[in-house]
Amino acid sequence: MKAIYLDHAATTPIDPKVMDSMLPVYQDVFGNPSSVHQFGRKARRILDEARRTIAKSIRANEKEIIFTSSGTEADNLALLGTARANRDKGNHIITTVLEHHATLHAAEQLEKEGFRVTYLYPDKAGIIRIEELEEALTEDTTLVSVMTVNNETGMIQPIEKIGRLLENHQAYFHTDAVQAYGVMDVNTATLKVDMLTVSGHKINGPKGIGFLYAKEGTSMQTLHYGGEQERKRRPGTENVPGVKGLQTAVQVMLEEREPRMEAYHRYKKLFLETLEEEQVEFTINGEQGSMVPTIVNLSFPGMNVETMLTNFDLAGVAASSGSACTAGSVEPSHVLSAMYGKEDARTINSIRFSFGMANNDENVREAAQKISKVIKRLHEL
Amino acid sequence: MKDPKDTRVVIGMSGGVDSSVAALLLKEQGYDVVGIFMKNWDDTDENGVCTATEDFEDVIRVCNQLDIPYYAVNFEKQYWEKVFSYFLDEYKAGRTPNPDVMCNKEIKFKAFMDHAISLGADYLATGHYAQVRENNGQFEMLRGKDNNKDQTYFLNQLSQDVLARVMFPLGHLEKKKVREIAKEHDLATATKKDSTGICFIGERNFKEFLSEYLPAQPGEMQTLDGEVKGKHDGLMYYTLGQRQGLGIGGAGEPWFVVGKNLKENILYVGQGFHHDALYSDALIASQINWISGGIPTEKMECTAKFRYRQEDSPVTVQSLDDDKVKVIFHEVQRAITPGQAVVFYDGAVCLGGATIDEVIKNGQALTYVG
Repeated sequence: MKAIYLDHAATTPIDPKVMDSMLPVYQDVFGNPSSVHQFGRKARRILDEARRTIAKSIRANEKEIIFTSSGTEADNLALLGTARANRDKGNHIITTVLEHHATLHAAEQLEKEGFRVTYLYPDKAGIIRIEELEEALTEDTTLVSVMTVNNETGMIQPIEKIGRLLENHQAYFHTDAVQAYGVMDVNTATLKVDMLTVSGHKINGPKGIGFLYAKEGTSMQTLHYGGEQERKRRPGTENVPGVKGLQTAVQVMLEEREPRMEAYHRYKKLFLETLEEEQVEFTINGEQGSMVPTIVNLSFPGMNVETMLTNFDLAGVAASSGSACTAGSVEPSHVLSAMYGKEDARTINSIRFSFGMANNDENVREAAQKISKVIKRLHEL
Repeated sequence: MKDPKDTRVVIGMSGGVDSSVAALLLKEQGYDVVGIFMKNWDDTDENGVCTATEDFEDVIRVCNQLDIPYYAVNFEKQYWEKVFSYFLDEYKAGRTPNPDVMCNKEIKFKAFMDHAISLGADYLATGHYAQVRENNGQFEMLRGKDNNKDQTYFLNQLSQDVLARVMFPLGHLEKKKVREIAKEHDLATATKKDSTGICFIGERNFKEFLSEYLPAQPGEMQTLDGEVKGKHDGLMYYTLGQRQGLGIGGAGEPWFVVGKNLKENILYVGQGFHHDALYSDALIASQINWISGGIPTEKMECTAKFRYRQEDSPVTVQSLDDDKVKVIFHEVQRAITPGQAVVFYDGAVCLGGATIDEVIKNGQALTYVG
């Protein structure tokens, strides 16, 4: 039985072109990019080229790209780094309850350090209400962080509008674009953000690499202390093969995004249609109109997350729940709780399916059939 | 019977050495083994680490060594409702509950059994030291081969339906051998310490734990003749036959708990391990479960255990109704404790068990024991 992967929002398979581009770097380019000799320069050239490609992809300047080890690190750097460095300008930051834990837990840390944090709530569709942000903004606000696309529901957030609202405010604007970059056009010109997070492994690139775009002039404290890499904002010898892989992933993504998104959109449609044909009872969490093609979050009335996910996996379908499962504690999804209320059954009976490179029409249909079989069997018990 | 490879066995894994080896043996026998970690209690240690997370980490490491899938399931709500509430209620009633018996009955072999079935399991396995034997569709539960580890005492409430679907891969092994197997295979849990005490209390101070949930009502310690010997911290902290923590000094033999008066909040104490008040010759127990499914119509001779890891004693059992039995001891017994289980045996076969309600001496119920 070949398992079917419907969890591309968790991580993605590496594109063969990405791997092909990394291998020669592992084999031939071992130099330290900071070294003054030719071995160093060879490595440094790879960093420079990658930085250029990546900066261009979001219409930014090369100097504005900081390579990090992950999306989490980039989010941490954005929040902790700017809040701490700009404390003289204010003690208030704004984020949303929808954020990834990389942002939420960094915000909690800032609260411990004495910052005041406002958490914005979404409407029932899972979209942050801009009026709430307007109300929350004060002269004391130094940072606003709102994700571009929610990782659980796939709901697209009004980043452009927020960017315009903040244009004449001192607050820096950060967006976690981990789920957006690779799926839609993400660029600093239209989004008007000061900081933006991207992760390599969500776009068919390698794990262990990501970047933070930080607009020139953004004042931030480093989280690491060491050498002068990344203009001292992220010391530590660079992950040169990872950076190369990230560059290739970005290049491939730019070339193939449109046909891929068409295909993923078709997969989602096919998936939902098959579930309907099989007469499985489900509802979609969020609104299809503002959802990325790669993610769909479904509620199955009468079911529970643990039993479904375990059964799906045993049947050969890999999906996940937005809720964090650690050692048997399936916390109700914080995102769905924010949308529907803590007591709503959807917070504990919803599964996220996310489509990507590991899929084709056949395996998506097959997965939907397998899922239907499981749900029907569970209903009969 | 299906081929092992087509037989799905869901095994409850605690992160301890016993369930690790049980999983290993099932895997070696070729079954389609699925490891499940049950989370029944939400607990965080002084470093903010959830103790269950550490145990689940061990489950993950072992399952990866065995190349079997692993998942977790949460029964905190069921555990609270079915086991912990019972545990508190019994203490409130001045009795000494046995949460392990209740956990097996309501969680491991009920809620977890249902979960296993929902995962398409043919069998549910655990690392208990007990054995199942089938005779023409009738199931018997036998003591574990390792007499010192035998856990049938805690499994006395299992039914035919459950035994038909249960596997105890360690039943025929000595604990020593289990450790050896774990070491031979270099299992991640091979040298992990066995857990002790009641699962949700762990290594913590029992008194402190209980006081978080039940208000303690200090009162007087008296002899049965009414002589005041000191103060007690709350009746629930004491159990019959207990010596520690009384703080009564003076000459003569040490002092023991011999009874409780719940109404007047008095703890009765007596001098000497063999104090006469601690002895009884019969008991009444309820919630009887006969593993065979039938109720003995006549008086039955067998042996019984009144607490875990006690030698069997010969008894005569008489059914009073389909819930209650009277148990007559052939020799007087010390410190029979209401709330604990009485479990019956015929040789190696565990016949079933019940919860002790009343303790009797010379035909009279002892009102001072609970």
